Amino acid sequence: MMKIVVVIKQVPARDSFLRVDPGGAWIQESDLNYEINEPDAYALEAGLQLKEKSGGEVVVVSTGPARVASTIREALAKGADRAIHIEQEDVAGAGPLATARVIASALETEKPDLILTGLQSDDFGYGQTGVILAELMGLPHATIIMNVEVNGASLRLKRELENGYFQHVEMPLPALLTMQSGSNKLRYATLMGIKKAKTKEVRTIAGVQPEGAGTSIRIERVYMPGSSKQSQIFDGPPREAAAKLVEKLKFEARVL
Amino acid sequence: MQSFRGVDYLLIDSQLDSQEHLVRQTAREFVEGAVIPVIRDAYREGRFPTQLIPELGRLGFLGANLEGYGCAGMSNVEYGLIMQELERGDSGLRSFVSVQGALVMYPIWKYGSDDQKNRWLPALHKGEAVGCFGLTEPDFGSNPAAMRTTAARDGADWVLNGEKTWITNGSSADVSLVWARTDSGIRGFLVEKGTRGYATSDIHGKMSMRASVTSSLSFADCRVPGAALLPGVSGLKGPLSCLSQARYGIGWGVIGAAMDCYETARQYTMLRKQFDDRPIASHQLVQEKLADMITEITKAQLLALHAGRLKDQGKLEPAHISMLKRNNAAIALDIARASRDLLGANGVTDEYPIMRHLCNLETVKTYEGTDHIHALVIGERVTGIAAYR
Repeated sequence: MMKIVVVIKQVPARDSFLRVDPGGAWIQESDLNYEINEPDAYALEAGLQLKEKSGGEVVVVSTGPARVASTIREALAKGADRAIHIEQEDVAGAGPLATARVIASALETEKPDLILTGLQSDDFGYGQTGVILAELMGLPHATIIMNVEVNGASLRLKRELENGYFQHVEMPLPALLTMQSGSNKLRYATLMGIKKAKTKEVRTIAGVQPEGAGTSIRIERVYMPGSSKQSQIFDGPPREAAAKLVEKLKFEARVL
Repeated sequence: MQSFRGVDYLLIDSQLDSQEHLVRQTAREFVEGAVIPVIRDAYREGRFPTQLIPELGRLGFLGANLEGYGCAGMSNVEYGLIMQELERGDSGLRSFVSVQGALVMYPIWKYGSDDQKNRWLPALHKGEAVGCFGLTEPDFGSNPAAMRTTAARDGADWVLNGEKTWITNGSSADVSLVWARTDSGIRGFLVEKGTRGYATSDIHGKMSMRASVTSSLSFADCRVPGAALLPGVSGLKGPLSCLSQARYGIGWGVIGAAMDCYETARQYTMLRKQFDDRPIASHQLVQEKLADMITEITKAQLLALHAGRLKDQGKLEPAHISMLKRNNAAIALDIARASRDLLGANGVTDEYPIMRHLCNLETVKTYEGTDHIHALVIGERVTGIAAYR
């Protein structure tokens, strides 16, 4: 019987229509559809499969504004037992340290055997929240996990390395793992699951404003990659001008 | 092609609650992940993708809007959204689910005996059994009241004689709900596969609904026990009440097919370049077609959603459903044709889903009440004069 916590994040859907917000420091949120962060969906799937094999409980945790409730509901519909929603308005401004801190404090009383989360988020892609959370909670961690097997009080893991290599590692429980996408087949929520999700417990905790060095991140400017046109005129005698032009075309424009 | 994200010009999604969104998402993910990869070959080969049945059952799509017997008791809007997503995959798939849920499970659930319910509903819900609905006959389609199939009492049994045709799932069905004329009016009978005197044969050569089984059923002195009679209803209102359920689902389903055609055409015209290296979407004639299509889809969505909310309030009448089915099937077919046109020659190949939807929608326009008959139902509602009598 394991208590498994899965930390999930709601992110803008992958093919959202992106426009820069009039403030110039973020994208227009009214344009966006949201979905579960893809690696987190794999973390949830791994958690649900472990629960099906060895029994126990899956608790999902997510930070974010009220809209995050729909992603939490989806996780409950797929089979998570209960959820903790840490209400935090400014997700963009909270860096990974601040986010990990609020999650760590929400998990103080939970004492999970295993924490699973995605290796990074599809929006900011810091790839740090999971590992910082492990550090704050005093847990060992392993990253980029493809497969998890539980043997009593220890884990046997498959990690993805570069160049098609894999690494098999063993580590003790309790632990935190950051999961890679694509290692499993994701389940669909059943209609019965969707119906039951309504009655499952969602504990809402007020988030705290990040304090102290390194906890908040301010985005200076968001902009679309621009394409610029440059004209250059080569003066001088035709022979020299042509030679300069050829050199530019060869070594700068690289079209010759 | 990117994965299907739906079509929502008028922010109609904002009228759906979070559970409705989740239900649609599940159906959409299932279609994207399990149906799209197999449907083209199934259609080419002229077979229903039977491997999908257990998953359709496990997800709860069979009899989704019924209560009890393992069913999820979804609202009618949620049920409609499922139909929409399934038909985005293929009309044949949606037809399978419509027939199983609305034409077989619903009448058993509403008019069946406790034994019939306990025996069939859980199995049909899980997809462990398949059902079909026998109403149409070779000589009577739009006028079922004139049906020739009879059921005669013989001691405790009933003896059925007659022919049914255009029966979706006919030869694959474990149980057939057959409507027959008796001394006490039209009654429904549950006839099991393998019953003596009951035979099926498939209709071949269909250029439409190729990923769906369509059969003829024949009854030659087919003897069934008294317990096979559906006790709760007599008269044509029995089968017509089932058809109202199914037609409601069709009104939603065809929007899915229309969305798929429109979205395919929209993406194609943005990429396809012809004159001056500009995408054909930059031409006015193309934009007008896209504008017409998205406008009709949006109107169809509003019609379906409003009908669904009325149905959930118990206020949706058959004459309303006629408008929903007739309008939405017709605009879906128009949109499929316009989309095919925009893809030029590429539109006729099965590299794209359009020609498949187009051919399917020709059937959808006709089955479950033809376009004409629904026009006459609407005509009767606004004039008080029944033109088909």
